[in-house]
Amino acid sequence: MPKKIIPTIKNNLTTILLLLPAIFVCLPIILLITGSVMGNGELKQYLSPIIMNGIDYISWKIIPDYPTFENYKKLLFLTPQFFVLFWNSIKLVGCILIGQLIVGVPAAWAFAVYNHRGSRLLFVLYVVLMLIPFQVTMLSNYLVLNSLGLLNTHKAIILPAVFSTFPVFLSYGGFRCIPMQLIEAARIDGAGEFRIFYTIGLPLGKSGILSAVVLGFLEYWNMMEQPMAFLESKSLWPLSLYLPEITWAQAGYAFVASMITLIPAVFVFIWGQDYLEQGIIFSGLKE
Amino acid sequence: MFVLIPFMDVFKRSFQTVVTKKFCGLQNYKTIFTNQAFMLAVKNTFRFTLVCIPLLVIIGLIIAVPLSRLKNAGTIKSLYLFPLAMPTATIVIIWKMLFYKQGFLNLLLTRIGQSSGLWGEVHKDYLASSAAFWVLIFSYIWKNTGYTVVLWLAGILGIPNELLEAARVDGASERQCFFKIVLPNLKGSLYTIVILSFLNSFKIYREAYLTAGAYPEQDIYLLQHLFNNWFVNLDFDKMAAATVCVGGFLFIVIMLLQYLWDSK
Repeated sequence: MPKKIIPTIKNNLTTILLLLPAIFVCLPIILLITGSVMGNGELKQYLSPIIMNGIDYISWKIIPDYPTFENYKKLLFLTPQFFVLFWNSIKLVGCILIGQLIVGVPAAWAFAVYNHRGSRLLFVLYVVLMLIPFQVTMLSNYLVLNSLGLLNTHKAIILPAVFSTFPVFLSYGGFRCIPMQLIEAARIDGAGEFRIFYTIGLPLGKSGILSAVVLGFLEYWNMMEQPMAFLESKSLWPLSLYLPEITWAQAGYAFVASMITLIPAVFVFIWGQDYLEQGIIFSGLKE
Repeated sequence: MFVLIPFMDVFKRSFQTVVTKKFCGLQNYKTIFTNQAFMLAVKNTFRFTLVCIPLLVIIGLIIAVPLSRLKNAGTIKSLYLFPLAMPTATIVIIWKMLFYKQGFLNLLLTRIGQSSGLWGEVHKDYLASSAAFWVLIFSYIWKNTGYTVVLWLAGILGIPNELLEAARVDGASERQCFFKIVLPNLKGSLYTIVILSFLNSFKIYREAYLTAGAYPEQDIYLLQHLFNNWFVNLDFDKMAAATVCVGGFLFIVIMLLQYLWDSK
């Protein structure tokens, strides 16, 4: 009997030890949630040391004295500008993801299934391009977009992102898990190449593709560098750029707007968690 | 292709003057290497990368090893992964509350009886002092730990169980198992993790920019700030030269890593 108990206790202890930092990691979200349901008066009282630069310290309550949805109401029903920004974000992310699927998935399939000469080299090139940060390509992007006359339009953000190599890399990881024999068997049975892609590749490589979508969503929902460089008019900005512009005096708005920005991301996170993990693992696959 | 051809153009421009497009040899390169801002940014970026990547790799491993032994690891893993889903813009307001002069961190320090802030000075605004560098490191680790843990876990779980059991039968202690079997088998994961952490380390610019603006405290003035500021000021000649340098440097580093990876 004691022999059985000791490992259980040890197990529980490690669980707790691991859980504590994990909860700490999630604390900021709790702050955000409570902040978003606080009334303006209460917020002002707690945050005034920051706003006024006084000598007191910030204070906070996990459960507000007077929880209210007043700020939500104001933001959602009385500020149409917010919807423009929200819509910008949705439009950018949606177009990018769809474009990436159309361009990237067939490319990944080609890499995984056909072995042309030079395709290995091309793939290495893809990986390198994936790792080059935005700042390095910023100037060349700018020159191209400028000559195409696309600056200060949403296309300036969408087009370069559509040809990003990251989703190719992830879908490739998914496609590679399909056994080659299956594809050959289908070919012998007389299935055309497109049919093979459609009936074997897509369903079996689903996890790779979806993980590209999930990671892509989180990445582009958060996108800042590109819109900052290529979009001048604020009416085109996505939410992620606008949020930091809200000042402390409107802290209530800031909390609610942050919450609303967070919600789609959390939704995708929960829905796609398995794919997210899968994607992270695929992104680490060798070759 | 959409990237490479324009890049050639940039390469050409790096030898030209902005306005007249006259060929000026290595003049632009000379300019950036004597430019204080550039050198500062390079130094800070290096410093940031060299501190945060080893730290992240080690923290990830410390969490992943005990996690791999648990049965109900799923929930904990999700909790660690969650920051990945938080948009930077939403988290900035929280960072401000934490690290401002009158923020939570200083409140906590006062409560436990320390009247001066960390780094021995009077309580200060952490975002506007040299401590900002550590705030950035913190937020980078906060965001990317989950990612690293998942990668480590995949590596650890990929080690065949028979290997460990055989070692145990032969009388190896847990410690020996870990250092002689688990760690050597994780080399492949290590390369991956380093590469991906490196990739993600460039995105820290978002946090830096949002908390401190385009011209932050000089300890966190990164290459990314510099590029953006040159871009805004239309200093394309400097930018082209710097792009070629940074791009070339990264290319060599990535190739080197890939070579190490393949030769393993």
